[in-house]
Amino acid sequence: MLFALSTVDTFVQTFFKAMALGSLYAMLALGFVLIFKATQTVNFAQGAIALTGTWFLSIIFIDWDVPGRWLPGPNYMHWVIALLLAMAATAVFGLIIERLAIRPMIGEPIFSMAVITLGLEVAIRVVASDAVSLTPRILGVPWGIQTFKIGEAVVSWSYISAIVATTIVFLITWRFLKTRTGVAMRATAFDQEAALAQGINVGRIFAIAWAAGAALAAMAGIFSSMSPWAAAGTASREGAFFAFRALPAVIVGGLDSVIGALVGGLLIGFMEIFAGQYLSGYVGVLGVGYQQVVPYVVMLIALLIKPYGLFGTEEVRRV
Amino acid sequence: MKGRPNLYTSYQGETQLFSTRTQKVAIVLFLVVLVLMPFDLPIIDKIPFVRFLGDNTWLRVVNRMLIFCISALGLNILSGVAGQVSLGHGFFMGVGAYTAVLMGGANTSSLWGWGLPMWLWLPAAGAVAAGVGILVAPAAVRVRGLYLAIVTLGLVFIGLHLSRIFTEIAGPGSLGRKWPKLQFRIWKEETPLIDFSDKGHWFWFDISRNQKTYLLLLGLTVLFALAAANIGRTRTGRALAAIRDRDVAAEIMGVPEAKYKTIAFAISSFYAGVAGALLASMVGQMPPEFWDLILSVEFVAILLIGGMGRVSGVLYGTFFVVMSHRLVEEVVKWASRQAEGEGTFAALWDGLISVENGDFGFITLSESALGYPLPASALDEVIYGLLIVVFMLFEPLGLYGIWIKIRNYWKGWPFSY
Repeated sequence: MLFALSTVDTFVQTFFKAMALGSLYAMLALGFVLIFKATQTVNFAQGAIALTGTWFLSIIFIDWDVPGRWLPGPNYMHWVIALLLAMAATAVFGLIIERLAIRPMIGEPIFSMAVITLGLEVAIRVVASDAVSLTPRILGVPWGIQTFKIGEAVVSWSYISAIVATTIVFLITWRFLKTRTGVAMRATAFDQEAALAQGINVGRIFAIAWAAGAALAAMAGIFSSMSPWAAAGTASREGAFFAFRALPAVIVGGLDSVIGALVGGLLIGFMEIFAGQYLSGYVGVLGVGYQQVVPYVVMLIALLIKPYGLFGTEEVRRV
Repeated sequence: MKGRPNLYTSYQGETQLFSTRTQKVAIVLFLVVLVLMPFDLPIIDKIPFVRFLGDNTWLRVVNRMLIFCISALGLNILSGVAGQVSLGHGFFMGVGAYTAVLMGGANTSSLWGWGLPMWLWLPAAGAVAAGVGILVAPAAVRVRGLYLAIVTLGLVFIGLHLSRIFTEIAGPGSLGRKWPKLQFRIWKEETPLIDFSDKGHWFWFDISRNQKTYLLLLGLTVLFALAAANIGRTRTGRALAAIRDRDVAAEIMGVPEAKYKTIAFAISSFYAGVAGALLASMVGQMPPEFWDLILSVEFVAILLIGGMGRVSGVLYGTFFVVMSHRLVEEVVKWASRQAEGEGTFAALWDGLISVENGDFGFITLSESALGYPLPASALDEVIYGLLIVVFMLFEPLGLYGIWIKIRNYWKGWPFSY
């Protein structure tokens, strides 16, 4: 790839790849942020939920052939419908988790809740990765491994799809936060008790946040299992660990900021891809796969400068 | 008035580790039983649970448990006493293990090792891990709560990558390299002074390798547990507890927060380093992937299931978590025997367990079976994950809390309070 291309083409190619990875991180980060804003907890199970979502898509689209059974029309339309169905199924899954494990813990120490999600992560990941590891679970991505060229730079269609999907998701979230429910959600994030006193159904807000978070995780899991990324069109165990790599994005952006999720995701994505492209001459010193550690290093440095992330609200410490 | 619990006539009496005579006698008896547990002795053999654990096959699990106990005691000082949540404990264990292998391992063309004796590499493993803890502390002291948890989680991934870079220390490939054996030498002489890694003859006993390791680990665990309990009684311990309870208030009262958080990190990393070195040397060979997030989560689980902030809670938690892995396996094995047999509930077990290929069931014994039905090894992880959830939901104080409830019930019996 490197040798035949001019510097401009390399840059364009790297840029698109970075945009795509950044969007994926941003999408995952948004899920983390929504859940954190509502329930004050980091959902460590996000990766496991993402894997579950990918698995759902494979079952719905490949095994059951669900929209294609009844609907005529092009394949990609079916896939998009199946994607939405898989996200809905994962959202229901998120609702169940929220209802059973998170709702009873409201008001308990933050850490207890985070540990609950860690426990859920172990349980869900084991079951889900056990379910996908017997046979490769194909996702039937319509654009598969197809690419197109800008000049000489090769750009994968899955990059474009990830960027488009993230744009749509952020636009929807942005609009949603301005609706009545969205304002209620922001009020809940600000102060649960005050929100309750204003007549906001806080439980419903929690449910919405978890459903949205799970759906976003599923979407990010599916888009990160496409061809140029590690999993290449199948649901695989990699998906469960991908979400951990998005945690630095959340931290850099700030745990409770939607804008922070976008900026942090893109920043981390760009750092990772550009480091992978332009530092590859030093691979002997840095070690194979060094770009996957870049997010964590960036996170450590960013935290030294801004302990609550770029856009996070600083906690007011009172005695 | 003498010998009454909860009656203290001096500050010294109140801060004593074992304040009543009953406690003192009980702990001495407990230790004696623990020391004699793996040997075939007339009376101790008759105690049901002890006899079972002293069995040679189970002794390996018990040894592992003791090592985990040391490590969990370290995390307890950081998380339980000082209130700083860390998901990076496995990273510090790895640091200790690789220090041990660098100092004590064999030197070959592709691997580094200095072949130093154990009395050097074991403390050094702790010291280097503590040093790394101090190095990390400036970043960790600035953040709190979940931010800290995620930062320490980042450490684990950075550590995994470092072990891929330094193949001279970590060994190439996924198998890992051989760790130095648990042998006590004065210097680099041929025959070790005390060899914990081979069977032998001590005093009048024939003693197996596991029994020797057990005695060594038991001694170290008791030492570390006493140290941990004593740290809680010192100025440092009180400062840490003050930071845990309310950091701003602690600072106002003149407790330098950054300094004590750094100390907590150093102590906890020291414990982790020693435990990591011991674990790797006992097992003999470890892939770098062993020191990953799942290991770190295991220690958080130990603390939460056992009960945070208490040495005894750590002991219960380690016992429960490490044993649960094996117990689930044994239960599934037992159930599959039931399914094949003629017992009353054979049909029920048969419905749950798939004994051979194609048989209906939710769980299977064969390790190669992936997908559905779940293999027993996966089931054990699922149960472990769910246990964490259940404990957090229903008994946030963990097993220690359950013990307190039982004790209080019998204290007041037959009155409810």
